[in-house]
Amino acid sequence: MKSSRNVMTFYGGIHPNGDGKRLSCFNCIQSVPLLEKYNVILAQNAGKAPIPVVKKGDQVKKYQLIAKADGFVSANLHAPTSGIVSAIGEIQGTMGIPTMAIEITSDGEDAGSAPFEIISDWENADPALLKQRVIDAGLVGMGGASFPTHVKLSIPPEKQVDTLILNGAECEPYLTADHRLMLEFPEKVVRGAAMIGRILNVSNIVIGVEINKLDAVEALEKYTAKYGVNVAVLHVRYPQGSEKQLINAITGRTVKSGTLPMDAGCVVQNVATCAALDDAVMRGIPLVERVVTVTGEIVAKPGNFRFKIGTPALEAVRLAGGVTAEPGKLVFGGPMMGFAQRSFKVPIGKNTSGILLIPQEKAFNFESSGCIRCGRCVQGCPMSLIPCLLSTAIESGRIDLAAENHVMDCMECGSCAYVCPDHRPLVQNVRRAKAELRRQLNSTKGK
Amino acid sequence: MNETVNTPTDIKLPAGDKLVISSSPHLSSGSSLRKIMGGVLLALLPQIIASTWLFGFRALGIIIYTALCCVAAEALWCKLAAKDVWRNISDCSAVVTGVLLAMCLPVSIPLYVPPIGALLAIWLGKQIYGGIGNNPFNPALVARVGLLIALPAAMTFWTPSRGMKSAEYPEIERFYSAEAMEKIKSGADLDGVSCATPLGIVGTTAKICNNSPEAEANFADISGIALQKRYFWGDRAGCLGETCVPALLLGFVILVALNLINWCVPLMFVGTVALLTGIINIAFPGVTPYAIFHIFNGGLLLGAIFMATDMVTSPITGRGCFFFAIGCGVLTTVIRVWGNYPEGVSFAILFMNSLVPLIDRWFSKRPFGYVPKR
Repeated sequence: MKSSRNVMTFYGGIHPNGDGKRLSCFNCIQSVPLLEKYNVILAQNAGKAPIPVVKKGDQVKKYQLIAKADGFVSANLHAPTSGIVSAIGEIQGTMGIPTMAIEITSDGEDAGSAPFEIISDWENADPALLKQRVIDAGLVGMGGASFPTHVKLSIPPEKQVDTLILNGAECEPYLTADHRLMLEFPEKVVRGAAMIGRILNVSNIVIGVEINKLDAVEALEKYTAKYGVNVAVLHVRYPQGSEKQLINAITGRTVKSGTLPMDAGCVVQNVATCAALDDAVMRGIPLVERVVTVTGEIVAKPGNFRFKIGTPALEAVRLAGGVTAEPGKLVFGGPMMGFAQRSFKVPIGKNTSGILLIPQEKAFNFESSGCIRCGRCVQGCPMSLIPCLLSTAIESGRIDLAAENHVMDCMECGSCAYVCPDHRPLVQNVRRAKAELRRQLNSTKGK
Repeated sequence: MNETVNTPTDIKLPAGDKLVISSSPHLSSGSSLRKIMGGVLLALLPQIIASTWLFGFRALGIIIYTALCCVAAEALWCKLAAKDVWRNISDCSAVVTGVLLAMCLPVSIPLYVPPIGALLAIWLGKQIYGGIGNNPFNPALVARVGLLIALPAAMTFWTPSRGMKSAEYPEIERFYSAEAMEKIKSGADLDGVSCATPLGIVGTTAKICNNSPEAEANFADISGIALQKRYFWGDRAGCLGETCVPALLLGFVILVALNLINWCVPLMFVGTVALLTGIINIAFPGVTPYAIFHIFNGGLLLGAIFMATDMVTSPITGRGCFFFAIGCGVLTTVIRVWGNYPEGVSFAILFMNSLVPLIDRWFSKRPFGYVPKR
């Protein structure tokens, strides 16, 4: 099988040993029972948080708009179920700081009708109509960045986009949500991809999938000819699913530092976003639920679940059979780029691809004694930076030196910190430097 | 396809304050300093065994003694500098430095020398710069060169290896003085008898009669096939760790298999020396013996496999390592052929160590998607 396919990849990166995907990749996506309460965080997209259009005590139907996009870089929010708005206030957010959320107490009916008109003849529909649907349905990048999808589909007239890439690489260890989605709903993914292609007026549409998901590749290939979509098989290498690396692997193009993928003629979207768009067009429903991998060695029954947006992590873990040992770390997203959470009350958002529980013995904070210049981080860096020297510069307070050595090009994939034998907080240092540099930039702009 | 899960109610999860919060990534490859140092020690094990076989149990004793001296020196410094003693010792880097230093000592070394070497290596070579990772020079080589300059007599007093003690070794004569040969022939105890190293003889010959037919004959004599076989198995006078070629190659294989070194570095280092000495030998046979002799003799393999690949003191980029290795090879050849010392590996590596910050700067890759500044 391997030899018959042209397998593509990029420079650098790492290959995590024991990637933990086998814990959950064999289990079908499961539906879950209705919960009593859902906490829908407002700021679920990069950019501005939407403005609530309901108030406390309001009766809401399932799929009803509860918060309206505030400006261009913002996304609509819809009620995940029917019930009463029981609170609008601050809760613990996914980024560790309190954030505004709408609490909906379910009435147990889960009743509501599709709010949008079904566009069954999408292949001949006006691309503007399809794009409006993306906006209406509140679609955001479901891979993790949660960038409002319509923003990436709005190409300025001076720019030429000729390739649409769908990210089904799922290079993060442990996560299998996209894998199961492609395997069980291949037509949704392929059709959604073709819809985005129609919006962009692009005919070269490629779904990139890592070679460890050949079953998903075969499932997708049943529909690719029908919708004019291609599948590219990629090597298993982290971070294969990073935008710039994926473009480089599939098209051979390089996204120049400081520019966007569209400057290289490409747009990248996640496969889960495609499936959500397909639902919005073919079923007329907004984005109110998503597939989430709940996994980890200490999860009793790891698997993939179709959770409503706003499901607290605690309930998600309960539905996965609970834990067999006390967890030391709760991570939203994958183990390489996911965010450690403070509390099990944090709800699932549109970009939560996984909930990972790490046992206590593996969750300690590593202590480092100093760089031994082994160069493994240099080999592993997909951006060809020198993480160890950058980090040393930052630790010495020389953020200017880090900036000179392209610290802003770092995408925080964590390959360097993964391989570091001294367990240095390389990514943390880079994040600190980037935040400081952004602050400096903003203050000079302010003057 | 879809099945519904029932909600169990009796699951307890910890309160939020027990959860660890940290920056991503939340996975680690599981390597650690101790594992790396352990891997290097494992790679040194064949040579430790070989030197014990070749030079007797005193060799093993010297290796352990020197390693202990280095650990003691590290502990003492950490105590004086109010650092965490156990944390600094437990990474095993002092043990590695100690074993490597012992590998650079002759078996006859007086027992007061290793402690001095340990202080040179750990204090002057490493801790004075801020401890592990910050030293620009390989600590073991700093100590070796320091001892070589300060105590040249003790550092170059060579005693015969296992095979050289028997008179059945036909080419043996050229390594001993006439007086010592008498002793051997009479079967007397050989303790305290000194002999020459092959490279030492080459160095002396080159000084007396460089580029003459006489020297050419002498070189051919010292690098004959029968002797080359002896050199290969390590049956010659020399430092503890440098003689046995198969053991060093086994160490190389272990280091590469454990992904602890860039395999190109030893290959390019040795390759450069072989190429240059080969060319010089063909052009001027009276200046230096041929290439194989240079590979098997002196500390070339030890230096190329264990010293030039030292993570801390070699460049961090792959291309930088190539330059570093070639530079080491060129300097080693120059010192061996034209220098005042018969052996140049230590000096060559130390010199190239000093260039590492520059090499890192020259050979760092441009970032992915790099845009030149206007």
